[in-house]
Amino acid sequence: MVNKTQIRIALRNCGLINPERIEEYISEKGYMALGKVLTEMSQEEAVNIIIDSGLRGRGGAGFPTGIKWDYARKSVSDQKYVVCNADEGDPGAFMDRSILEGDPHSVLEAMAICGYCIGADKGLVYIRAEYPLAIERLNIAITQAREFGLLGDDIMGSGFSFDIEIRYGAGAFVCGEETALIHSMEGERGEPSLKPPFPAESGYLGKPTNVNNVETLANIPVIYLKGADWFSGIGTEKSKGTKVFALAGKVNNVGLIEVPMGTTLREVIYEIGGGIREGKKFKAVQTGGPSGGCLTEKHLDTPIDYDNLIANGSMMGSGGMIVMDEDNCMVSIAKFYLDFTVEESCGKCAPCRIGNKRLNELLGRICEGKGTEADLDRLRNLGEVIKDTSLCGLGQSSPNPVLSTLDNFYDEYISHVRDKKCPSGVCKDLMEYFIIEENCVGCTACARACPVGAITGERKEPHLINPEICIMCGACMEKCKFDAVILK
Amino acid sequence: MGKTEEILNQFHQVSRDVLIPMLQAVQDECGYLSEEAIEKIGSHLSLPASKIYGLATFYNQFRFAPTGKFHIQVCNGSACHLDHSISILKELFKHLGIRDGETTRDGMFSLEVLACIGACGQSPVIAINGVYYPKVKAGMIKDILEITKLKSS
Repeated sequence: MVNKTQIRIALRNCGLINPERIEEYISEKGYMALGKVLTEMSQEEAVNIIIDSGLRGRGGAGFPTGIKWDYARKSVSDQKYVVCNADEGDPGAFMDRSILEGDPHSVLEAMAICGYCIGADKGLVYIRAEYPLAIERLNIAITQAREFGLLGDDIMGSGFSFDIEIRYGAGAFVCGEETALIHSMEGERGEPSLKPPFPAESGYLGKPTNVNNVETLANIPVIYLKGADWFSGIGTEKSKGTKVFALAGKVNNVGLIEVPMGTTLREVIYEIGGGIREGKKFKAVQTGGPSGGCLTEKHLDTPIDYDNLIANGSMMGSGGMIVMDEDNCMVSIAKFYLDFTVEESCGKCAPCRIGNKRLNELLGRICEGKGTEADLDRLRNLGEVIKDTSLCGLGQSSPNPVLSTLDNFYDEYISHVRDKKCPSGVCKDLMEYFIIEENCVGCTACARACPVGAITGERKEPHLINPEICIMCGACMEKCKFDAVILK
Repeated sequence: MGKTEEILNQFHQVSRDVLIPMLQAVQDECGYLSEEAIEKIGSHLSLPASKIYGLATFYNQFRFAPTGKFHIQVCNGSACHLDHSISILKELFKHLGIRDGETTRDGMFSLEVLACIGACGQSPVIAINGVYYPKVKAGMIKDILEITKLKSS
């Protein structure tokens, strides 16, 4: 996908160099940033460049990376750690995997730079065990970097030593939260803990630890080569640089895109994404995975950055962007995300453990046609309480899919609870089998197949299904050779 | 010396932070975590088995029963969900006669639903023993299973 609105910073080398050959990375100015930092800058100067660039964490919350580094730098300790968070568990996002598979050295180089800045000599990559190719390439990259003296003792004769080890995540979405990730590396259950103390003071094994996401790290080397001013010249006032999105769902062009912050959803969906598949109508776009919300047509011209997304009830998250068309039911989408959150909640704090379960049950009732209008108020109240009172980012953002669909698609909820109808024809319990008169030839096949005798009609005359008797087994639809039986 | 002991002896460190890598290594080798293996890891690290279960059941990766010869993973991430991964799953239920998390009686197939396998551009996706099948349709399931069965003979 080549388009003038895209700028490749984090993905600059992906697909262009052979990720298994360090020489190719070096020929693209690889490890030059590390050399520059080690030979020309003090720790403080190096950190200030990242602060000036305005880079914010790409993992979801958008905390300023330079500030995070500065906290870790100022912590006093004999041992510090740099951790790369590659535990990409967000359904619908795969940019971290692509960076690690396509350009692993950029992440290693950034970790070494971070190590120098904060005074750490050990780096850990916490990566999902489900990404075998990324793990293989990362291992090759680490071995090659050691052979070239770019990792290990006394890098480039500077006296600075840094080495990197890989840890495999065991599959828990909550481990994307930095304190949970650290507990998981320590061999504990991946449950988050209250901050402060922040990992910058007390992290892995109680030592100061700096945790950054893969995409954040991939931005680092270029910032040193091209300068903080260059980087902060891209993007919006408070969100600098670019963001990688995983565009998926009902658009013509799916895949990874990298656009400057401040690009509008319309540009992303219609220009880069090539519009909605099969000429259908755009309905919503879900950003930020299970933590994000659904934005609708009225948000199409909103520039995408951290603050605008939060103001509209969604969030950047890790950058999944799922486009939905008129055939998708927003209530069932909200339930889909809640199913995931309920499954992945670690269970430590009550609002998230119990609250999300209750939210999910309410949504389930609505999808089954047993909901009432009072349930809609309960959904909103409960959602807001969970948001306000949960311990970590997972619980604080998990009601977003529900609250944002309530805000933007209230009419669909009303159809479900008042009219007991699913306008998009997704919620099976709210649908009925129906015979299209024009297609029915009166062959009686359906009536003979019906186990409860719900279908009546004379031979060679259109038949009729009595919804009061129908048990929704679908036998009639299977038997009909004329496509006369439909669900609606 | 059993397989589990051999794996445990490869770890030089004996501390809590190697517990997850140990469990992963044992599962890689044996396919799942047996009661016996957990007991052994426990005595190796001086941890009660209950603590190890407490940890292992927290993570999705660990299994306590062997998988089939062919382990089928169905992705139900957002993109696959929108592309009707549920109909693929139902088709698998029908042909295999098992639900997710179960193994067929002949030990041939086991079924697992995953939150996302990171191949959203190819949705809907299933993976059999780590090999991805992109853009699957419910109608293709029967053939895929037939071909997979042929591979085993």
